[in-house]
Amino acid sequence: MRITCPICGARDRREFYYQGAALTRPGPDDGAQAWDDYVHLRDNPAGITRELWQHEAGCAAWIVVTRDTVTHAVHGAELATDLAGEVQS
Amino acid sequence: MRFSGLRILKEGLTGNKGWTPHWRDPDPKEEYDIVIIGGGGHGLATAYYLARDHGLTNIAVLERGYIGGGNVGRNTTIVRANYNMPGNSEFYSHSLRLWEGLEDDLNYNVMHSQRGVINLFHSDGQRDYAARRANSMIQQGDDAILLDREGVREKVPYLDFDNARFPIYGGLYHPRGGTARHDAVAWGFARGADQRGVDLLQNCEVTGIDIENGQVRGVQTSRGAIRAKKVGIVVAGRSGQVAAMAGMRLPIESHILQAFVTEGLKPCIDQVVTFGMGHFYISQSDKGGLVFGGDLDFYASYASRGNLPMAEHVMEAGMALMPMIGKARVLRSWGGIMDMSPDGSPIIDRTPVDGLFLNCGWCYGGFKAVPGSGSVFAHLMATGRYHDAATRFRLDRFRDGYGLMDEEGTGSQHNLH
Repeated sequence: MRITCPICGARDRREFYYQGAALTRPGPDDGAQAWDDYVHLRDNPAGITRELWQHEAGCAAWIVVTRDTVTHAVHGAELATDLAGEVQS
Repeated sequence: MRFSGLRILKEGLTGNKGWTPHWRDPDPKEEYDIVIIGGGGHGLATAYYLARDHGLTNIAVLERGYIGGGNVGRNTTIVRANYNMPGNSEFYSHSLRLWEGLEDDLNYNVMHSQRGVINLFHSDGQRDYAARRANSMIQQGDDAILLDREGVREKVPYLDFDNARFPIYGGLYHPRGGTARHDAVAWGFARGADQRGVDLLQNCEVTGIDIENGQVRGVQTSRGAIRAKKVGIVVAGRSGQVAAMAGMRLPIESHILQAFVTEGLKPCIDQVVTFGMGHFYISQSDKGGLVFGGDLDFYASYASRGNLPMAEHVMEAGMALMPMIGKARVLRSWGGIMDMSPDGSPIIDRTPVDGLFLNCGWCYGGFKAVPGSGSVFAHLMATGRYHDAATRFRLDRFRDGYGLMDEEGTGSQHNLH
């Protein structure tokens, strides 16, 4: 599996750290249920999903990868900073 | 049909014409008292113990594919009770005791082999932890022996004891641990449940769960609607999709775990040996193949196959531990879909829907739990009360953090187990 880093291009999966589903982080006062949803509960889709990865052994950028969990096909990646406010770790 | 030595002799002398199918292939009824979604090891065992221990026989097990075609037919077959934490400790102890009586109970040869499990350690700190874990196991009533370096050498002389990074200091030996024939476990429970009147419905995919006023009423399937008073979800890696039919999101992320088998060799590895620092473990099947595996690939996946980096890592770890296996040729590998929970421990609980029960989160360790899981889940579904050996597998433990069972001590988060 190769992931296309928006800065470095297509690189081996080994260069990346997997964080998990790209979700919208709740506010500090949104309550226990919102935080349980964010930290623990998952849609866990079989198919297209959006995930946070970090190009740990490359440019160190956090990226949002669109990937198919059934085929391992990587459809694209965007810099997380470009999506600030939409998804965060 | 009852299996016995005499029967085998008789059939052998009469052309083996008297054997009959292990289970019926019934059509779905319109209604059952209990429907179990998932005909894997855990689902079949649940149905079996519902019938055996609670006298409930108006039960159907719904399987999307065929019996024994999922993770129960593709795993590394290890059976053990060497857990450390309260919650897990009493549960796996319960499960191992069921294993020890399973063949007589099922009248089925599951080839349960208590050949022993050795967990290696490589530092003074790890030795201290192994001693603590051994004491936990002994307190639980199970067996544990702390082996020093020479003790390990006596049992498994072929290891590289002087590896530069991970020299072997000793091992935690669990003599009652071992392996079993995975397919036979599925077949034995299927046959046992069927003999007690449970309907095993194969090629029967659940497409919806019917809920009225917060009460489960039945399921929609590829073979028609089936009404049920109670429904149990026991679908491992597919838990997220099935729970979504009941409007639930679960603390489960499905990951890939690879394993490998070599060509058949003469007997050379007598026990199960685990090399935790290399995320590597190995045993030898009765056919002679070396069966080994490692850690997760560490990304969400339903592909049923992994990627090369982890395959390489596992081979490297194997070579570091026992250089002799470099001569063996790998015959096949596969990837299983693991229902990973945030703390690495399972969930056996009610759900917010009345009559709907959940059994999932077995991570990469579901096989040894098959009898225990079936027994305690059957108890919960039949009586509405938690079994004494399974009081802590709560669905809500993640929300408030109370009762987390993080055996590895890495944290309660999806990408850490």
